[in-house]
Amino acid sequence: MSSTTGSTGSADRTDRDVSKQLDAAARDRYNLDGSKAARVKRRLTSRTATVFALLIAVVWTLPTFGLLISSFRPADLINTTGWWTVFENWGWTLDNYSEVLLSASATAPQLGSYFVNSLAITIPVVVFATVLAAMAAYALAWIKFPFSDWVFVIIFALQIVPLQMALIPLLQIFTTTLKPTQEWLHEVIPIIPDETYVQVWIAHTIFGLPLAIFLLHNFISEIPRELMEAARVDGANHGQIFLRVVVPLSVPILASFAIFQFLWVWNDLLVALVFSGGTADVAPLTQRLAELAGSRGQSWQRLTAAAFVSLVVPLIVFFSLQRYFVRGLLAGSTKG
Amino acid sequence: MTTNDLLGKIFQIVLGLAVFAAVIGLILFLIDRAPKRGRDWFQLALFLGPACVLLAVGLLYPAVRTAFTSFTNRAGEFIGIDNYVWMFTQPEALITLGNTVLWVVLVPTVATGIGLAYAVFIDKSRGERVYKSLVFMPVAISFVGAGIIWKFVYEYRPAERPQIGLLNQIVIWFGGEPVLWLQEPFVNTLLLVVVMIWVQTGFAVVVLSASIKGVPTEQLEAAELDGATNWQRFRNVTLPGIRGGLVVVVTTITIATLKVFDIVRVMTGGNFNTSVIANEMYTQAFRAAEPGRGAALALVLFLLVVPVVVYNIRVLRKQREIR
Repeated sequence: MSSTTGSTGSADRTDRDVSKQLDAAARDRYNLDGSKAARVKRRLTSRTATVFALLIAVVWTLPTFGLLISSFRPADLINTTGWWTVFENWGWTLDNYSEVLLSASATAPQLGSYFVNSLAITIPVVVFATVLAAMAAYALAWIKFPFSDWVFVIIFALQIVPLQMALIPLLQIFTTTLKPTQEWLHEVIPIIPDETYVQVWIAHTIFGLPLAIFLLHNFISEIPRELMEAARVDGANHGQIFLRVVVPLSVPILASFAIFQFLWVWNDLLVALVFSGGTADVAPLTQRLAELAGSRGQSWQRLTAAAFVSLVVPLIVFFSLQRYFVRGLLAGSTKG
Repeated sequence: MTTNDLLGKIFQIVLGLAVFAAVIGLILFLIDRAPKRGRDWFQLALFLGPACVLLAVGLLYPAVRTAFTSFTNRAGEFIGIDNYVWMFTQPEALITLGNTVLWVVLVPTVATGIGLAYAVFIDKSRGERVYKSLVFMPVAISFVGAGIIWKFVYEYRPAERPQIGLLNQIVIWFGGEPVLWLQEPFVNTLLLVVVMIWVQTGFAVVVLSASIKGVPTEQLEAAELDGATNWQRFRNVTLPGIRGGLVVVVTTITIATLKVFDIVRVMTGGNFNTSVIANEMYTQAFRAAEPGRGAALALVLFLLVVPVVVYNIRVLRKQREIR
């Protein structure tokens, strides 16, 4: 009886006392009743558990759900009736989305540009950070040199430095070195605008590196030594080992990290605010959203649709690649 | 956005990626052709160099620089610890510090508590994956998005008009009066904290759920045979078994909470006594043109994060030794 609990334990004892007076068949029936009581009790506790779990699941989903419903409702209905009355105040429209995405009027959110910016910032950063971190992690794990442990510890420790500490000086460095270069480039090749993504790319790449190196090092350093030595015996140098052995074997962890970095950069606001200049040339969705949310007399028909435009990419990434995402999360958090 | 703009942007992306690919290609080429003498050092420099240079220029040097800036005024003159004195004496700055403490106490404990209970209750239940996805979803979306979602929940309409914010509607269902939630000091901070808890609980659920599945079934069965109740089994077998996971969850959420900026920025802009250190840092450094004060706030943030991380590392070390 694997489901025995305290109460059935005492039932067993009573059982022994009474057993003399009962024939075998009756005893079986009695036992059956005892385990049924235990099962009912278990079901009761698991019922409160289920109720609690359901409640949490609903509370956690409802706010997003309400926003989603609202984003498809006409402006006058959003502003005069609650979304939970949608059955009494029936009405659906796609106008909100077409307005925030496509409308060219100066007061419209014009999210199209910002959406492109978000992609233009995120995709290169993911590539940059993943490649650079993989190379560094390989060197730290498989090229022997004095103090390699110390270098690794320092890089790990850099994770603690809050972004906030790096913002002001890094911005100064960019304005003194990068800005003139960009202006010069703009003059030589006019198609390159003088407001470019380069600042944001570099900033995000740097801020992503410590975690990236740490995560990838954990994985790459555990590749079996024999594999590495076999490759070396075959005459492969570090470059070939990296490309032919390490990278193919590390695909799962590379994917996990890339997803992380993608979501992190896509969702970031602080780095964008400081390094993107805030115009439709460079600034990402989050920045435009923050602006819309902060402006006076916010119009919910725009804000709800705009929020979902920014949420849709992370949600697609999340639901289609959840397995990798969770794996990366666990790799990053359970390995010291 | 004109077609030209779009083409310009695509051109930038392609160019950026192409330049990067060229640099990496060159590095790998050089690694291949490394000179015989000092080969290892040469290769090491090429593999590790780029990342190290970026980190040194973009993180290490700026952090040190910020530490120095925190002792200067807006003209860049050395003023000793005046910025810190300002932080610990001005009423507004003190509210910021107090709010940060409130966030750091509430978010990790409540998020971990709810996350743990949820993870235990849905463990091995039907639809466990769906349950997990629902609560985990907020982790994937931005703080900005979360801020807007909840701002809509807290939205206020005067009592004579129908409410569009769910919270005020619930208040009315219970016979109350609608409230301008985000402008009501103290309550508004708590409501912002709720948003952060909403975001972080999913992380706690996923990590703790994985830890719970790692608790050996033999131990649980042994406890069961010994007649332990569900609660006793949880208290004496599961809880010690997931200690490592708990530490990771609490410390990670604590650090994330200390750095929280976007939620406050989007929902109140730090007004109505809701500011926290990370938000105030941005306001001082980039809006009020007081880089010294901003730097001082950043440094305090750093000092608050360090003990959490050190504790985390020590616990993980100890666990490894036991294993």
